[in-house]
Amino acid sequence: MSETTQRFIPDRLESRWTSLLKSWETLLVAVAVFVFVVNALSSPYFLNAWNLSDATFNFTEKAMIAMAMALLIIAGEIDLSVAAIIALASTAMGLALQYGAGTPELVLVGLFVGLACGAFNGWLVTGFGLPSIVVTIGTMSLFRGIAYIILGDQAFTGYPADFAWFGQGYVWWVISFELVLFALVALFFGVLLHCTGFGRQVYAIGNNPTGALFSGVRVARVKFVLFLMTGLMSGLAAICLTARLGSTRPSIAFAWELEVVTMVVLGGVNILGGSGSIPGVFIAAIIMGLVTFGFGLANVPGIVMSIFTGLLLIAVIGAPILWHRLRGEKTLP
Amino acid sequence: MRLLKSREILLAAAILVLLAAIAWRFPGFVRPANLANVFNDTAILIILALGQMMVILTRCIDLSMAANLALCGMVVAMLNATVPGIPIPLLILFGIGVGALLGAFNGILVWKVEIPPIVVTLGTLTIFRGIIFVISGGEWVNAHQMSAAFKALPRAPLLGLPMLSWIALAAIALMALFITRTPLGRAFYAVGGNPTAAVYTGIDVGRTRFLAFTLAGALAGLSGYLWVSRYAVAYVDIAGGFELDIIAACVIGGISIAGGIGSVGGAVLGALFFGVVKNALPVIDISPFWQLAISGSAIILAVAFNARAERRQGRLILRNREAAT
Repeated sequence: MSETTQRFIPDRLESRWTSLLKSWETLLVAVAVFVFVVNALSSPYFLNAWNLSDATFNFTEKAMIAMAMALLIIAGEIDLSVAAIIALASTAMGLALQYGAGTPELVLVGLFVGLACGAFNGWLVTGFGLPSIVVTIGTMSLFRGIAYIILGDQAFTGYPADFAWFGQGYVWWVISFELVLFALVALFFGVLLHCTGFGRQVYAIGNNPTGALFSGVRVARVKFVLFLMTGLMSGLAAICLTARLGSTRPSIAFAWELEVVTMVVLGGVNILGGSGSIPGVFIAAIIMGLVTFGFGLANVPGIVMSIFTGLLLIAVIGAPILWHRLRGEKTLP
Repeated sequence: MRLLKSREILLAAAILVLLAAIAWRFPGFVRPANLANVFNDTAILIILALGQMMVILTRCIDLSMAANLALCGMVVAMLNATVPGIPIPLLILFGIGVGALLGAFNGILVWKVEIPPIVVTLGTLTIFRGIIFVISGGEWVNAHQMSAAFKALPRAPLLGLPMLSWIALAAIALMALFITRTPLGRAFYAVGGNPTAAVYTGIDVGRTRFLAFTLAGALAGLSGYLWVSRYAVAYVDIAGGFELDIIAACVIGGISIAGGIGSVGGAVLGALFFGVVKNALPVIDISPFWQLAISGSAIILAVAFNARAERRQGRLILRNREAAT
């Protein structure tokens, strides 16, 4: 779906500070601060530690998946089945509960199902060379379909009290377990992408898979691992979400995949692969959480907020392209 | 070309085998009257799949078609509820116009701003749904608020078939002519098959994509009226999640997501496959909850099959295949 873009190679690198100032992440921080100030001014209930803590629940689960998804998209693939993996993992946990599983087993089941689904996606994409966008549309129906077959119009409830801690517990004061987990996940993926050879390979694959292959990068294996990690994060999100809601329905986390992708793209990851950063996605996740929370405080219905999310997505992608166009940097068709 | 033909024949054979297997236990299912019902039930999906096919042929994708349908459906339903006097054909034309406008909005962003289509339509998908809520205030337009003529049109029988089926048949015929016999129809294939070569043959790639999106939007607008009048209700979430069914129908029908490959027959058969499965499940006494998993498996099998068939053609040596996905 892409055309080759003419790459602009400067004869002199910009200084560290100007490039930092002009970076996507700086813009995102500015947006985040703006949203924060607007919220604080418009609602007296916003600047309250407990309310802000509640606000983090809006995005932590999606953002965990977004971290892994960022790497996957940078490598030029996509996984649209993440929300369906949540549904299947949650259903499997509910099923395990019926057979008397305790909290440790429930967590293991959730993580395992996530991994297995990720492995299935990765196998289809790398083993057969299929386009991931269609494959994961297929597995999205398949995974959620299995959840529907098992559950129908029923629901699993009655999760143990100590299991609920994963979704409702606090580590210290207003710092929830989910928030800590999300921070750890973000740190892990940040280090993995920006400080390791594996991360460089991910960028290389996204920029030029053939070139990466000829440079000795095991393209298929790296992609497979990325699908595995995305599945694992979906399993983790399923544990948190199930624990938070205390019940499983097959429609759980419906249409989350679009929100996760929006988060990643808003974070400055190129949907065509090859560029992006974890700090960007991190800030984008916080912006989306703040916006959701602020609109909620202002009694704006969620669906109206989706107009804003959609416009934000298009504006954020379109603005830099138009900006380059106005400055006369033409792109070839 | 023979390969393409054989793929549609294979799909048709698969559907026939499916029908035969059902008929073996439940002969009532293959009665002509029932098959006509199945076709009628699939008519809207067929029309939408034809629109999506044009977009996918040009190497784009439209995730906003179902939201477009819902918005156009809501607009015509509200118009009908407030001003019942407007003649129905005019109302349909209006719905098509609104749909084309929404599609053109997608198209202009893809053409002039060069945002990847998946991002554009992901955004407009949520925007369109949001707009429905804003204009309707979250209220439903119920059957009793719609005029009798508004609801009657898709059901009106003509030569033994309801009008809805005739509209789908007309859409299939017109699309087949359009895509095989007009310069624009051929341009869709050229743009998707090799955009660079298309430029050198004098085709404006961006403009062609814009037109594909606009036409797909117009078909979504038409479907909006058909959906709302057929089910006699309009609300924010109608056809929720249907966008992926449309794409799935195209994929099952052998339309390559990498662009340039596909046919009207394939899109129609892909949609019909969905229709047969959906209508057969209750008959053979399998819970309708199986439908999602079955269609998911069908998509995976179809895409695996498509990829194998495309690879065998061996004409993609010089194309940067990775950039296509």
